[in-house]
Amino acid sequence: MTLLDRIPPVKHALQHLSSVVWLLVETIQETTEHMVVRGRPPFRLSIFFQQTDRAGVGSLPLVSLVSFFLGLTMALLTGYQLRTFGTENLVPGLVAIGFTRELGPLLTGIMLASRIGAAYTAELGTMTVAEEVEAIEAMGIGPLRFLVSPRVLAVVLLMPCLVVVANLAALAGGMLVSRWQLNISPSYFFQLVHESVQNRDIIAGMVKSLLFGLIISLVSCYKGLTVTGGAAGVGDATTSSVVTAITVVIGFDTLANIVLVALYD
Amino acid sequence: METDPAPATGPAAPGGPIVEMTHVHLAFGSKVILTDLNLSVAPKERLVIMGQSGGGKSTTLRLILGILRPNSGSVKFNGEEVTRMNRPRLNRMRQRIGMVYQYSALISSLSVRDNLALPLEELTEKSKEEIDAIVNEKLGMVGMEDTRDYMPSELSGGMRKRIGLARALVLNPELILFDEPSAGLDPVVSSVIDELIISLTDKTNSTSIIVTHEMDSAFRIATRMAMLYKGKIIEEDRPDRFRHSDDPVVSQFVEGRTDGPIDTQTTPLS
Repeated sequence: MTLLDRIPPVKHALQHLSSVVWLLVETIQETTEHMVVRGRPPFRLSIFFQQTDRAGVGSLPLVSLVSFFLGLTMALLTGYQLRTFGTENLVPGLVAIGFTRELGPLLTGIMLASRIGAAYTAELGTMTVAEEVEAIEAMGIGPLRFLVSPRVLAVVLLMPCLVVVANLAALAGGMLVSRWQLNISPSYFFQLVHESVQNRDIIAGMVKSLLFGLIISLVSCYKGLTVTGGAAGVGDATTSSVVTAITVVIGFDTLANIVLVALYD
Repeated sequence: METDPAPATGPAAPGGPIVEMTHVHLAFGSKVILTDLNLSVAPKERLVIMGQSGGGKSTTLRLILGILRPNSGSVKFNGEEVTRMNRPRLNRMRQRIGMVYQYSALISSLSVRDNLALPLEELTEKSKEEIDAIVNEKLGMVGMEDTRDYMPSELSGGMRKRIGLARALVLNPELILFDEPSAGLDPVVSSVIDELIISLTDKTNSTSIIVTHEMDSAFRIATRMAMLYKGKIIEEDRPDRFRHSDDPVVSQFVEGRTDGPIDTQTTPLS
């Protein structure tokens, strides 16, 4: 019995992690082979745009509304505290840095995992149970290239765009509170934002968003393609997909913060 | 990337078997599914594989397609070893094999037309007009011309089965695999599907392997029959001889008796 056998949860987690990495490798390989051997586009553009529409355009209202309210709340709470010290003009910077570097990617990741991750797992899971995925494979069409590639690419490319929207919505919320509660004019608000936010904050947020997009899409596709046990299995996989994706996103966010703080120091 | 020495698209060796499985052993963990399975399928024959539910019949089809790999043994398609093919060669081989699934496995998000067009659009360089012509031709072969724009959810089980058969035919395969083609259908529709299988395989000169445990269908379709029991083929013969087999397992299965050597309480192979 190895050390890992004594800790089954860790062993299972590592097995799943290696399977997700393997899914990524296989997907890239299958897609590249199709492009090289057949000299054709990696996948149907119509499927890719359908997925970008679902993941991006479809998520816009949720992401912008939640971020707006959170930006507003953040400004309200910090402003309430900072006003007692006469430092309420730190609020715009707090909201801006907090969202560009941390909350924007994290909240968008959590929202996307719940909305799109669950949809991908349920969709692919149902296809797996109905043998549709196997039928695609049996026809000689790579299912990873056909089903996984456009979904992963759509989420990875759309995540940074959604994070930008989330950041802007949060700033709008913060600006409203600053204007009506803290007497900071919109132009002064954006001047303070401009002075406080650095390029490294924006870059950190964008890198995180790309990474989170990759995690969410891979975990949800993996959970969908490995469904067993019919309708109940699809339900279990969907729940597991959302929980796993959110946990891994928060875990990687913490790890990224530790690395970034070490780099900046 | 692995080199690709011989194309998986060449013609069959003249006179040789189209499918040859030798000493195939497959187990999932401690559960043995197939053990020392030997099977040979000649071109243009319709081989029916019978056996208990969960006895490894569908698994045998998946081994031929290369979707599953055996623990040991050889699986050959037109003389080429399937178990050693890399992915591009496997995919090319699969284009020469049509598979009809038990529950049709039509892509639920695509219309009937798009289901049939999918392999043509993804795997060939044909124009939209050519693809539409092939789709219409294959739908006509199964008598489903009017369902072109329907979604799979709008079709009955028998109709879906026919569309599944039409989809399996779009690339003009040499070999068609049928997984329980009559399952879940009423006797009339089941007979229609059986007749379609016979007429289409004759018309297209293709070989077919049909997995079923429905005796009426099996005897109607087969030019040869094989009985899979406890992971191996225990008898192969012409349908007329098979019906009067001396083997107690085969005769119990064909007659559907509860008394006999077939254990009805446990899984087929443990």
